[in-house]
Amino acid sequence: MRQAEVVIIGAGPAGLAAAKPLLDVGAEVTLIDRSAMLGGQLTKQTHMFFGSEKQHASKRGIDILKLMVEAIETYPNLTVLTETTVVGLYADKVVSCVKDDHYFKIQAQYILIAAGASEKSLPFENNDIPGVYAAGAVQTLMNVYGVKPGDRVIMVGSGNIGLIVSYQLMQAGVQVPLLLEAADTISGYLVHASKIRRLGVDIRMNTSIKRALGETSVEAAEIWQLDENWQGIEGTETIIPCDTICLSVGLAPLTELLQQAGAEVKYVRELGGHVPKINQHYETSLDAVYACGDVAGIEEASSAMISGHIAGIEIALKAGYTVANANDILPRLRHDLRNLREGPHGEKIRIGLKKLGVA
Amino acid sequence: MRIDKHPILDFSSRKKIRFTFEGKEQYGFEGDTIASALHALGVKHLSDSIHKKRPRGFYCAIGNCASCNMIVDGIPNVRTCITPLKEGVDVRMQEGKGRF
Ligand SMILES: Cc1cc2nc3c(=O)[nH]c(=O)nc-3n(C[C@H](O)[C@H](O)[C@H](O)COP(=O)(O)OP(=O)(O)OC[C@H]3O[C@@H](n4cnc5c(N)ncnc54)[C@H](O)[C@@H]3O)c2cc1C
Ligand code: FES
Repeated sequence: MRQAEVVIIGAGPAGLAAAKPLLDVGAEVTLIDRSAMLGGQLTKQTHMFFGSEKQHASKRGIDILKLMVEAIETYPNLTVLTETTVVGLYADKVVSCVKDDHYFKIQAQYILIAAGASEKSLPFENNDIPGVYAAGAVQTLMNVYGVKPGDRVIMVGSGNIGLIVSYQLMQAGVQVPLLLEAADTISGYLVHASKIRRLGVDIRMNTSIKRALGETSVEAAEIWQLDENWQGIEGTETIIPCDTICLSVGLAPLTELLQQAGAEVKYVRELGGHVPKINQHYETSLDAVYACGDVAGIEEASSAMISGHIAGIEIALKAGYTVANANDILPRLRHDLRNLREGPHGEKIRIGLKKLGVA
Repeated sequence: MRIDKHPILDFSSRKKIRFTFEGKEQYGFEGDTIASALHALGVKHLSDSIHKKRPRGFYCAIGNCASCNMIVDGIPNVRTCITPLKEGVDVRMQEGKGRF
């Protein structure tokens, strides 16, 4: 069996940020990602980031990613395994992987899970036909591969992802006539909503999709108004022609590996679903198994970077390394994280973390 | 369905990659996954579901959901959304769980 001192599962902003302090102290780090590219969600984010200066706000996600990769790629103590999917995780810290249809195991001493999240779907008739895509999928298709999802897209969900992806669709030359929101308010930032409204997107509140129409792929969407209990109102249906229905209805942490290994998890709605019970060092209920980033609760890239940075330092300390100025850096990072979670948009996270018992 | 003009990204001047889909020669570009190359060709229907044989396309495009499973070089259940397109690869639609 292969041996590794620290295995990091997931090379998004959280995993990349965690690798750096570990490599700095000389730990042997194996960074694993199922994708051919490093960067997780950052690979498709062509927009300027909100968030704080220290986490590269006002730079584009794809440029932040470049900086993060450059910061670690030359370390001789780093092993990168891309196109490698972790398919099993065991409490004795055995990580099983598949690469090129080939199965192998790694015995790790420390494990950090930074696997991110998966996009949720929505129940409606025909929601399984081709042309019904997750918003992040559409963003990946356009911004990573240069392919349009279709010519006319109806977006469902007014969170930041729905708003930003609508804008990016129009940048790629795709029409977005309509954005539907079940609630009576826009859930993302109003600046993003105003921007796409100015470009002609009709944002409709208290409205959702009833069914998709089409045989082998989407040809139209039937939409309807919702009452205050989010039930469809008969008689309000309209059919809108489109070739893509894009769902931006939230993310759920990818905690399957943690659950398989027997780590304690708890369902916390505000954090997106089942999340691992972590302590203030980002260690799960399993000794030397850590979790950070979206997998520990859906937030954003800036917080994923900070939590990754903290988790990396914590693992280095637990492994007995001396981290220069750890006593200054750790409190400062925790302070930055609290700052990010301030204000009305951070409220959900604050409630969620309280429920989890880590705030 | 390629993006031809983009204010931030540049997808021009990439190498062509030949492959076959359902036995017919097609091409995509360097940097494509199998699913992105097919989508660019207008192919959205990638497989038929296991029980009701309903058409399936991709859903997440990052390897989470298995909605994009196809038969690649004779191997079924390949997540084509995260499998880079390689020269000469043989791609086929998958029925249900697929067959070797
Ligand atoms: C459209 C959109 C816009 C956004 N805009 C912003 C913004 O403006 N500002 C901001 O701060 N945040 C933004 N975010 C949120 C941000 O992208 C995420 O919160 C952040 O990427 C989470 O980082 P992560 O490292 O935890 O996970 P991810 O970035 O999701 O990375 C996880 C990685 O783990 C890999 N992985 C998962 N499971 C396995 C496995 N079993 N084996 C191997 N590898 C695996 C995945 O391939 C992936 O690369 C946006 C998100 C989206 C989708
Ligand atoms: S579309 Fe979800 S795994 Fe490929």
